[in-house]
Amino acid sequence: MKDIEIQGRGFLEYAPAPESTSILHLQKSYGLFIDGDWVDGHGQSFSTISPATEKKIATIASADASDVDKAVAAARRAYDKTWSKLSGADRGKYLFRIARLVQERARELAVAESLDNGKPIKESRDVDVPLVAAWFFYYAGWADKLDYAGLGAAPRALGVAAQVIPWNFPLLMLAWKIAPALAAGNTVVLKPAETTPLSALLFAEILQQADLPAGVVNIVTGAGETGAALVRHPGVDKVAFTGSTGVGREIAKAVAGTGKKVTLELGGKAANIVFDDAPIDQAIEGIVNGIFFNQGHVCCAGSRLLVQENIHDEVVERLKNRLSTLRLGDPLDKNTDIGAINSREQLERIRTLSDIGEREGAERWSAPCVIPENGFWFAPTIFTGVETSSTIAREEIFGPVLSVLTFRTPAEAIAKANNTPYGLSAGIWSDKGSKILAVADKLRAGVIWANTFNRFDPASPFGGYKESGYGREGGRHGLAAYLTNATTKGGRK
Amino acid sequence: MTRLTIPKTYKLYIGGAFPRSESGRSYEVLSAKGAFLANAAQASRKDARDAVVAARSAVSGWSGATAYNRGQVLYRVAEILDGRRAQFVEEIAASEGGSAAAATAQVDETIDTWVWYAGWCDKFVQVAGSGNPVAGPYFNLSVPEPTGVVAIIAPQGVKGGSLLGLTRVLAPALVAGNTAVVVADQSRPLSAISLGEVLATSDVPGGVANILTGSPAEIAPWLASHADVNALDLTGAEGLDWIDLEISAADTLKRVTRPEPGVPERSLDRILNAVETKTVWHTKALI
Repeated sequence: MKDIEIQGRGFLEYAPAPESTSILHLQKSYGLFIDGDWVDGHGQSFSTISPATEKKIATIASADASDVDKAVAAARRAYDKTWSKLSGADRGKYLFRIARLVQERARELAVAESLDNGKPIKESRDVDVPLVAAWFFYYAGWADKLDYAGLGAAPRALGVAAQVIPWNFPLLMLAWKIAPALAAGNTVVLKPAETTPLSALLFAEILQQADLPAGVVNIVTGAGETGAALVRHPGVDKVAFTGSTGVGREIAKAVAGTGKKVTLELGGKAANIVFDDAPIDQAIEGIVNGIFFNQGHVCCAGSRLLVQENIHDEVVERLKNRLSTLRLGDPLDKNTDIGAINSREQLERIRTLSDIGEREGAERWSAPCVIPENGFWFAPTIFTGVETSSTIAREEIFGPVLSVLTFRTPAEAIAKANNTPYGLSAGIWSDKGSKILAVADKLRAGVIWANTFNRFDPASPFGGYKESGYGREGGRHGLAAYLTNATTKGGRK
Repeated sequence: MTRLTIPKTYKLYIGGAFPRSESGRSYEVLSAKGAFLANAAQASRKDARDAVVAARSAVSGWSGATAYNRGQVLYRVAEILDGRRAQFVEEIAASEGGSAAAATAQVDETIDTWVWYAGWCDKFVQVAGSGNPVAGPYFNLSVPEPTGVVAIIAPQGVKGGSLLGLTRVLAPALVAGNTAVVVADQSRPLSAISLGEVLATSDVPGGVANILTGSPAEIAPWLASHADVNALDLTGAEGLDWIDLEISAADTLKRVTRPEPGVPERSLDRILNAVETKTVWHTKALI
């Protein structure tokens, strides 16, 4: 690299290319979206900020228990009076409309998402928002085909779905939740994450443009208490949650003994296994994508690199070289690879766990990038010499931090990969197809990427084993999570 | 002169063996009319934990067996059971009361249930799995896999269900390759232990199915909180404080099947209650 530096500027330095925020027409403050209208919240309103600048974007209403109550009542009315009486074909048409509106307003949504979340615009523009449209388009087509969903003839919707989503993929998680729920005939009360409510509120405007009947989707903003009130509300029939395993446990306890059906998408500590016969160029890119995509704020991130011992040094060196070329900075800049950490709280967690990693004897290396003065940032970091028992090999860090471990045989790789209470995802890199299939069979994880990582598609079921939760989102399986067959009594929740 | 009979000692079925309860406890099993039938072993917390250890160690072998093989083994259970129909009819008639015809019907239905589920072993994957048309150059397949160790509370005190109820919860758990620890009907446990003898002689590997007799109220909390249990089937737990059991199971995010009155129907759903869907993405070369 040094050889090609010219006048102090690196080979890969680019002029700033920020995406304009002029496409956004934001309100100064946002209310709750209940029964098709914007209403004031009765909780203490709060600000949503840009994590890249710490500047305020808008004031957001907070829903207290009484607001949640109103939202659930609106969803129930809409279910009883409107949505459950519509034909599947008409429900589908609303979803198709939503998909198209998302495509039409894609750039605006991408800018809002990057502003509020801190993720690079190239990700919100090329991954999050296109997948949002794809999700609605996919489930739109299911709405009039429920007889073929594998639950027998005429499966029934569950009723009112309470949905609580995280801050890492705000609009995409909204789509994962709302699209199958509506296609199956349910109505929805959704709570976006406290730090990333913006795109959900813009989405409410899209629902108005789509002329979706009032009350079919209600959006209540707020913090953890709002979510707790929602999932505990006796008027909801289904709870869908994506977030931490700790909160997932609390929800599983809260719904015990109720008739509520539950899906939980929780934490992960995915192994990304690189064999010595892997296509190394692709593997390096895949490892980078696996853990540094979205600043590592990904539940299925490949946070544990298991590399075959004989190629460890080569892989680590190439990783360091590659990470040295990543550009960290303004999320709205089209050249940015690594955006801002979503919140001060999350940054603290990443720092704390990284410090523990060092204290426990792992060797820390961080990419030499300039950290902006304001905002929340963490340079891409690799820990080598990590033990299976190390805290950073066991705890989900949810940040741009990779722990590197080694193995000698496939059996050892499998044992180490499965040595975690989580089981959301895993990666396998090898040019030998038979080895990939054999290893994939033995991994206890719900999604396995072979020679790729962090791929998502509405047709592809996603969800975890063990303490990564239960239920699937995406595909026919994701639809079934919002349906019951006409004869079911009892059964798995 | 009538010959003096040799009554059987009813014990637990753990890891393919028939131990007494490590606690040394037993309890009286009475006939429908209140006459003494036998002393059944009263399983303890430690017996439950031993059973989970046995079940865990059997997971890799049973789930790794081919579906065809699992199907044949479960079919073999039906074969062996069929050969011992008279014994089961007698046990059920004595403990449940009712007519010999009703007991016979229960045994027949039990045998047919094993046959029905045996046939699912190499089919449920096709019905519940999917090939996924993703928007990219990937081969993408979703398949159901066993969740691991399933703890089950069999239906309790259900008329016509002392053997059939247990079969209707145990057999579907085994289809996918899970292993099971099942707590039998407390008041009428004898046919369950005899079923253990059938399992032990049907090529079902030791530890795949473990049968405990005793008090579900005493044993269930240990199974619900056990970190090495993946799924908790509370079908027969209606009379227990099952909400507490579900809360306890949430600590390790077990898959929970809630109580259901009566004898459960045969159903594919019961198989799918104890599976995980695994989705594998594989790149395709761009040629």
